[in-house]
Amino acid sequence: MDIFLWYLFWAVAIGIFGWVFRFTGRKVQWPSDRLNVYFRDMPLMVGIGFVFGLVILYVVFHYYFIDKSTFFRWAVQGFLIFAIASWLFLTLGKHVGTQATRKVFRQMPLTASFGILIIIIYAILSVFAGVIAPYGQEEIFEKINVLPGGDPALGGDPRFPLGTDQLGRDLLSRLIYGGQNTVGIAFITTILAFLIGATFGFLAATLSGWFDQAVSRVVDALMAIPQLIFALLLLTIATAWAGSNKELITVYMVVIIAVLDSTRVFRLARAVGFNIVVMDYIEAAKLRGENLSYLIFREILPNAYAPLLAEFGLRFCFVFLTIAALSFLGIGIQPPLADWGTMVRDLAQFINFAQFSPHTAALPLMAAGAIALLTVAVNFVVDWMLHKSSGLKD
Amino acid sequence: MKAVVLIILNRLALGVVTLFAVSVLIFAAVNMLPGDFAQAILGQGATEEAIEAIREDLGLNKNAIVRYTDWLGGILKGDFGVSFAQANFSSFAGEDTSKGGIGSVAAQLEPRFKNTLFLAGVAAIIAVPLSLILGIMAALYRNSIFDRFVNISTLSSISSPEFFLAYVLILFLAVLNPILPSLSNIYAEMTFPDRLHKTLLPALTLTLVVMAHMMRMTRAAIINLLASPYIEMARLKGLKPARVIIFHALPNALAPIINVIALNLAYLVTGVVVVEVVFVYPGIGQLFVDSVKIRDIPVVQACCLVFAAAYILLNLTADIFSILSNPRLRHPK
Repeated sequence: MDIFLWYLFWAVAIGIFGWVFRFTGRKVQWPSDRLNVYFRDMPLMVGIGFVFGLVILYVVFHYYFIDKSTFFRWAVQGFLIFAIASWLFLTLGKHVGTQATRKVFRQMPLTASFGILIIIIYAILSVFAGVIAPYGQEEIFEKINVLPGGDPALGGDPRFPLGTDQLGRDLLSRLIYGGQNTVGIAFITTILAFLIGATFGFLAATLSGWFDQAVSRVVDALMAIPQLIFALLLLTIATAWAGSNKELITVYMVVIIAVLDSTRVFRLARAVGFNIVVMDYIEAAKLRGENLSYLIFREILPNAYAPLLAEFGLRFCFVFLTIAALSFLGIGIQPPLADWGTMVRDLAQFINFAQFSPHTAALPLMAAGAIALLTVAVNFVVDWMLHKSSGLKD
Repeated sequence: MKAVVLIILNRLALGVVTLFAVSVLIFAAVNMLPGDFAQAILGQGATEEAIEAIREDLGLNKNAIVRYTDWLGGILKGDFGVSFAQANFSSFAGEDTSKGGIGSVAAQLEPRFKNTLFLAGVAAIIAVPLSLILGIMAALYRNSIFDRFVNISTLSSISSPEFFLAYVLILFLAVLNPILPSLSNIYAEMTFPDRLHKTLLPALTLTLVVMAHMMRMTRAAIINLLASPYIEMARLKGLKPARVIIFHALPNALAPIINVIALNLAYLVTGVVVVEVVFVYPGIGQLFVDSVKIRDIPVVQACCLVFAAAYILLNLTADIFSILSNPRLRHPK
């Protein structure tokens, strides 16, 4: 209970200081007139905000320089490195490239350039995982449970900068290959979901009538069950069918998640399709006697690209997180393939060593953070794209 | 008034139909399993007679439609069948499972369901007021540093996986500064403060996931309204910005906000699975994952149905509340 009283005390103190801050700002005669007006018109909450910001700055300073909390320092350093890198990337984009790309970069916020930078890095890492990773993902060494850090005095080994796992596999290599597997499988699944969802959605929009009704009702029923739950149920059945064939389980998982996720794509494609179908040029094409595939591929699809593309980013994040969650629960991508969800689960216990060996405790967070970083990056880019296309200026 | 009751009844009927469709879907999915339950219980080396006996006992020799109606009839009476893992000899020897013996799924489900409700409840109590206040403040001071900070941090926390947030919280609140326990071993005889203390960390994780969504949608709903003429009128009258938002914009934004709250509580239902596994919280999500691993089909089936029912119910509530709070929805064109 003490801790809550302590917080309450601080909240009241910040409130009082905020008022004092505004009060003194109004009393002092500032040299510039703009500052005088600024303090006169300042709402109380803004004054409190200034004081609160100051307190937060102090807390960051305290933990970074005085308390020297290792994880906090890493977090701050990571944040700063990414901020500077994305700023450099943004500046580079503004000055290098064709007229069109330079224009895009000029209007881009820092978060979006961060997102694009991360997506490019991930794409390179997963495509060239075989070249970049020092060892193979299934390669087993004689030294097991080598601690990360690469310092022999602390139980590390310079050959394995992140150490090895309980079977003696190099964790750095597995982290890189894990990216290839997790991102690759999620990408394939999303494409499959879009093929299924968009095909049925456009068919429902053009054919309408009983076909639309039938498919829509099935989709309604599928969407009534929470996705992760239904995926788990279907995977139970799929693993029983697959038996000990691990690759088959992964294939089943891709199909199951693609089908479950295609329901969302179907909804969007159908809604977009219905808006297009009523256009005059569709009427004209129908009167010309064009067949169904021409209508869908040559008339509807080119006009539905933009909303589908933004949805692709969001769906990819969702599929990626679902697969990671399934792997984390032990039912997703199967070993010996490396993947981030399984790595988090296997390494999770090390988090309890944070007091003695921060490097070891960082391992599960590294795998989980790799997942989070990509989804955050994609979401930043999608957010920017949606904001741009909606023309919102608030 | 009559129209409202009619619409609500209509929605309820639709909910029941959906639930029925879902139960058919789950039953059909489970029946696609290779082999049958009897084989699954006894394993590969079972004799033909033993399998036949259990098949007889569970009614597996009947056809699918009869079995489905039996299953559904049992559920309506609160009998979810017998768990494979907990099954003992007596439960197959004709003991009535509807009384809730040790082997029955219902007996396993009930305490865990209460635990999960407790966890989701604690998360909701923290998340709802906090996200409303933050959302309103972000709308009030939009495009300020505060708004941008809140926007970026909520977008990040929405897109991170639950287990990442959970482990970060464990690292800072349980390992480095031991304030809260990282394992929530809850049992029935616990006092309320003790139970709350053990539930707080998983509840905080869920709060982070759900709060971001609710806050963003509250902000969007209010900003959307701020463009309407009557708000401009209020502003031109010289009212304070806070008054404009709280007394003029908020009542009209209530419908979308209630909708958002209910939808996010429905989201809690799925989010709860991963979080319960991370914190080893004895809830229904943990039970579900454990049963999936050992292929305890009756439990999986029952959990799936319970999750779906909760999901449908919350979506239905969202629907009904938004109709109640917005008279325009009562008269569909």
